[in-house]
Amino acid sequence: MDISTQKPQAGNDDTLPEDAAMKHAPSAPAPGHAPATKAPAPRAAGTATRRGDRIFLGLSRGSGILLLAVMAAIAVFLSYRAILAISKDQGNFLTTFEWDPNSTEPVFGIAVLAFGTVVSSVIAMVIAVPVAVAIALFLTHYAPRRLSGPIAYVVDLLAAVPSIVYGLWGALVLVPHMNGLFSWLDTYLGWTGIFSWQGGPARSMLTVGILLAVMILPVITNVSREVFRQVPKAHEEAALALGATRWEVIRMSVLPFGRSGVISASMLGLGRALGETMAVATVLSPTFDIQASLLDPGGGTFAQNIASKFGEANEQGRDALIASGLVLFVITLLVNGAARMIIARRKEYSGANA
Amino acid sequence: MSTAHATVKPVSLQGARLPKWAPWGVAATAIAVAVAVGLAAGLHSRVQWGLIAAVLFVLGTYALSAKVEGRRQAKDRVATSLVWVAFLLAVVPLLSLVWETAVRGVKVLDGYFLTHSMGVVADAEPGGGIYHAILGTAQQVGLATLIAAPIGVLTAIYLVEYGRGSLAKAVTFFVDVMTGIPSIVAGLFILSLMLMLDLQPFGFAGSLALAILMLPVVVRSTEEMLKLVPNELREASLALGVPRWRTILKVVLPTAVGGITTGVMLAIARIAGESAPVLLLVFGNNFINANPFEGAQASLPLYIYQQYINSAGSPAAYDRAWAAALTLIAFVMILNLVARGIARWKTPR
Repeated sequence: MDISTQKPQAGNDDTLPEDAAMKHAPSAPAPGHAPATKAPAPRAAGTATRRGDRIFLGLSRGSGILLLAVMAAIAVFLSYRAILAISKDQGNFLTTFEWDPNSTEPVFGIAVLAFGTVVSSVIAMVIAVPVAVAIALFLTHYAPRRLSGPIAYVVDLLAAVPSIVYGLWGALVLVPHMNGLFSWLDTYLGWTGIFSWQGGPARSMLTVGILLAVMILPVITNVSREVFRQVPKAHEEAALALGATRWEVIRMSVLPFGRSGVISASMLGLGRALGETMAVATVLSPTFDIQASLLDPGGGTFAQNIASKFGEANEQGRDALIASGLVLFVITLLVNGAARMIIARRKEYSGANA
Repeated sequence: MSTAHATVKPVSLQGARLPKWAPWGVAATAIAVAVAVGLAAGLHSRVQWGLIAAVLFVLGTYALSAKVEGRRQAKDRVATSLVWVAFLLAVVPLLSLVWETAVRGVKVLDGYFLTHSMGVVADAEPGGGIYHAILGTAQQVGLATLIAAPIGVLTAIYLVEYGRGSLAKAVTFFVDVMTGIPSIVAGLFILSLMLMLDLQPFGFAGSLALAILMLPVVVRSTEEMLKLVPNELREASLALGVPRWRTILKVVLPTAVGGITTGVMLAIARIAGESAPVLLLVFGNNFINANPFEGAQASLPLYIYQQYINSAGSPAAYDRAWAAALTLIAFVMILNLVARGIARWKTPR
């Protein structure tokens, strides 16, 4: 928020103009001088007069510009290397089911990676969003007050666990535990084709999706909790006074108020799931094809493919990986941008940046 | 309302309610039945037992409550039990993660492990340690912090103290967008630079990628802290004729320094666990390399990955990976706790 307007001027409409101008003191250029009486408060940026002020403003503005320049440089350099790679591609970059960029006649395409990335993220979202919303509701409305503080603290800490640790846990603990669930799914839902299983190790898209769900759970929970906490108490009390049960209060006042916040929280989680590298690279046993079954090992994601193929890639192969990374960059940019737009529209309860 | 005309006063205005212990009773019954079913059907996975118990609990609650209390109350109780079940289901993997890391990690974690490198130890053999990885991570993260912290704090100062107009808006938006850059993309960006300059992997390249990941976190948290500094402090200083830049350096920053430190430490905790950019740029090294500007280095998260992926299932390598994971988690958690402690201790009031 703009600091110079933190105190609304509505209450001062009967004060002298000088008085109103004094309220703008922090944004006045040279506070030693009397501020202009009628003119609106001059902009601080650009009107620094002393040398120290000029240098300091230049430094801080320069940092901001540097940040923008880095973003631009990321886009430009990735695009440049990607164009180098794609111009040599003998196959179609979007539809080829092959990844062989190291030979003299490189053939590679992102179809399998795009499919795998979308499928694993969708599984993660389907599992994580309802559970995260439930946990957020638990923390704000159901948990005993003494418990909810420490639990929220622990959820915060879990958001900080490095992804490689999740990956190690997923590969060595979660995968062996999935066999029971997989055989059950195969027995009862195997006829759909999506849940058929040939009995190999459970290093498949479904396991990856479940692991990603566990990873993004704390992220979605944190933001949703902030949103639910900011529901006006009056809404809830009004519903209670009409005789609503706790669930009806949540359905009628909490969820409608928090809807866009939950959506943007989910998209932040989605952004994280799309770009997750190490957890997927440790758990999945990749193949370069698209399978109907979620339970049989195979497939791949953008980030996982970059991590696993990097070691064997020559310069041309690295360019191809950069090209696939550019696609991932654009996708996450769109998802995150959309999430931030939704948050910005309801600034008053943005948990992520309030 | 019209109670004046009522001849028979109802004992209570409430409808029939289940007793307070009912949810516990239903839960106990559900667990007992689930265990019985699990034993009878010979289900090996405890996860399945838990799922059966959860389903029984929700269904049982609904049936009982609908019979005694009516449908609206029953729905309420189902929602309550679903929320509890979701919470417990989510806690299981997260607890398991911490527990397994702790239990499997302590096996080989000792002074020797922390002070020796993998130098001449083959991946599948026992022995060796993570000294080279800790050294690498410390140098890479330290350099990244030296780059990102000043730029981040200055950017936040620009946004809060000077920023008006379209440049500030653009910076704010792109800080948000930058938060969401996948770490591997930051790695690829530096990699594309290295390909053009024809460089081999070295530690500082990793630092640059980590700095890109750290920057938005530092900007965001510093911004929040600077906004908390009361405007009266700035006004008082400016009214005394102190120049703006000295006001910021001598009044605003000291007031917010606790929060800024917290933000930087949380950012360090975040990038210390990043392995993807390090994999691309620093490459890993079994020997001790104390020079981040030349030659491949090791790094703690990368060490975990390489112990897992290169060892073809050797238990000794898995033990080392877990021990390194425990070290990393402990480092990140301690950093988090200290940072939050500072935040609580030094919040501007």
